[in-house]
Amino acid sequence: MSATLTPVQSTNKQPVDAGTRGLHGLRSLWRKATANGKVTIGLVIVTFFVLLALIGPLFVASNPNAFGSDISMSPSGAHPLGTTSYGQDVLAQVVVGARVSVALGFITGIIATIISVIVGLVSGYYGGWIDENLSVLSNVFLVLPALPLAIVLASFIPYKGPLTIGFVLTITGWSWGARVLRAQTLTMRNREFVTAAKATGEPAWRIIFFEIFPSEIGVVVAQLLGTIIYVILAEAGLEYLGLGDLSGVSWGTMLYWAGNSDSLALGYWWWFVPPGLCIAILGAGLAFVNFGIDEIANPRLRTIRAERSHKSKKVEAP
Amino acid sequence: MRHLIRRLGFYLVALWASVTLNFLIPRLSPGDPAAALLARMHGRISPAALHALEIQYGISHDPLFTQYVQYLVNMLHLDLGTSFTSFEPVTAVIARDLPWTLALVGLALVISFVVGTVLGVAVAWWRGSKTDTILMPAFTFISAIPYFWFALALVFIFGYSLRWLPSYGGYDIYTYSPGMDLGFFLSAVQYAILPAFTIVVGSIAGWMLGMRNTMVATLAEDYVLMAEAKGLSRWRVMMTYAARNAILPNITSFALSLGFVVSGSLLTEIVFNYPGIGYALLEGVHNKDYPVIQGLFLIISVAVLLANFLADLVYVVLDPRVRSERG
Repeated sequence: MSATLTPVQSTNKQPVDAGTRGLHGLRSLWRKATANGKVTIGLVIVTFFVLLALIGPLFVASNPNAFGSDISMSPSGAHPLGTTSYGQDVLAQVVVGARVSVALGFITGIIATIISVIVGLVSGYYGGWIDENLSVLSNVFLVLPALPLAIVLASFIPYKGPLTIGFVLTITGWSWGARVLRAQTLTMRNREFVTAAKATGEPAWRIIFFEIFPSEIGVVVAQLLGTIIYVILAEAGLEYLGLGDLSGVSWGTMLYWAGNSDSLALGYWWWFVPPGLCIAILGAGLAFVNFGIDEIANPRLRTIRAERSHKSKKVEAP
Repeated sequence: MRHLIRRLGFYLVALWASVTLNFLIPRLSPGDPAAALLARMHGRISPAALHALEIQYGISHDPLFTQYVQYLVNMLHLDLGTSFTSFEPVTAVIARDLPWTLALVGLALVISFVVGTVLGVAVAWWRGSKTDTILMPAFTFISAIPYFWFALALVFIFGYSLRWLPSYGGYDIYTYSPGMDLGFFLSAVQYAILPAFTIVVGSIAGWMLGMRNTMVATLAEDYVLMAEAKGLSRWRVMMTYAARNAILPNITSFALSLGFVVSGSLLTEIVFNYPGIGYALLEGVHNKDYPVIQGLFLIISVAVLLANFLADLVYVVLDPRVRSERG
């Protein structure tokens, strides 16, 4: 069970420094995480892929992109997932590719979430013209189709690689979280603890980031997970279009090469199935954690109809 | 009415933002990729077209603001520039490819929204049952599958292995040509089945899970309990009491997730070589055909904004509170 601890710790770094309220929330979140089946399954999946990305490449001895002599072999003992048309080992590529895909997903997700936290909290807390402007900005980014915008940006930036994709997906990925967090902050700004903090003369930035932020940590984590899912899916899409680093290895570029080498027509299913399946399983794992958090925050959504009425209302009241 | 005017104003701002992004991106991107390409164009297109492209990419030495005004004027005249590869106006490319995408994505969207919403209602009503506990994780998994990868799998299984359905192109190009004839129409339908199925499967989970969540919240309301207590039929409570009220948030999320569905559809088209704007976008990316890429981004934005506005209109019709509200 100790292995499943890693993602919670890494995604929730801020609340630990954010004072006792955050720490308490984290501890109760952890208790509930292990009690909720979906969260547990999700955490196991996510942990597996994080470990695969961290440790997996160490076990791959050779360059996963090196051309080999075993060309287009179906899965066998020597190549558990077969080889590509260029003789590359698919398993080695999946393992090494996990590093770029997972790291890019998490780092970009965190950066985009930080932007949405700042925009959402500032606009919700201050209200007035600041809110008016920031809301229009995030709503505009919300309605503009993200992937086409990402494609336009990525095709104009001459450097092709993780940095470009991360930048492009940060720009297109922050707006949803900002909108949700703004709405959440609006319900917070007139609560007693905020009024009390104001009365004691705390500066606005302290109130926003040390009073309001820790009490919204559940929503922030949910947004973070949602953004990571978006980034991983969109990253695969951009790389499939050939906008990634084509000489590197990631799940998206594997699909690009598989698609451009007629692997479908030739029947090399082992080439394109593993990377896509990894993306889908990792995305589902993150989504499970997210739904679990939803259920923790809103007990009515739980599948088991055990607790209703007074208990659920108390937890749910904003 | 005031509500609608406010929304309309917002969409105009969003439209302006997408046009301005289109104007700024080539100018702010490092390495000046446009200039290099324009140099390639010399002598291959008419001087007037070249000049228009120079304006479009900021090669001219006018101040930025003058260029911007010129650019806006061009946009107002629906002058989106000339393709670098086929040398036809970008508007012609759009006019040729857009109907395919509209038909495919529009139809798939309606199907997935209706089916997903109904499924969500049913699953929320019988929550805790076996179907619910199986469907929820299954749909969560489906929602995480990249559209284009699911499309690849369909092409492989139904196109190449079983050979049940065509998986390349928009119609049988050897037998028919586009026009108002039944054979062409049937052929187009046949070719649309797999891509449409991809889009439906890719987007259905979102509507279902969203509807389930709001439906569960609505089912806990007192008026639903009251309706049940009165002894109304299960169907009536489910549909006219609960689902009718729960559907409003789902329409909002319909509007907001439209962009994601459109993005997914673009990739789906690419896998199927479907002759829509997604495929045109891919060709634009491969050929570094910037006018086409930008023109397509603009038309996709406009389509998404229009659909959002339509969702707003539907919302006003369905929710009397919005109509009576001042502001």
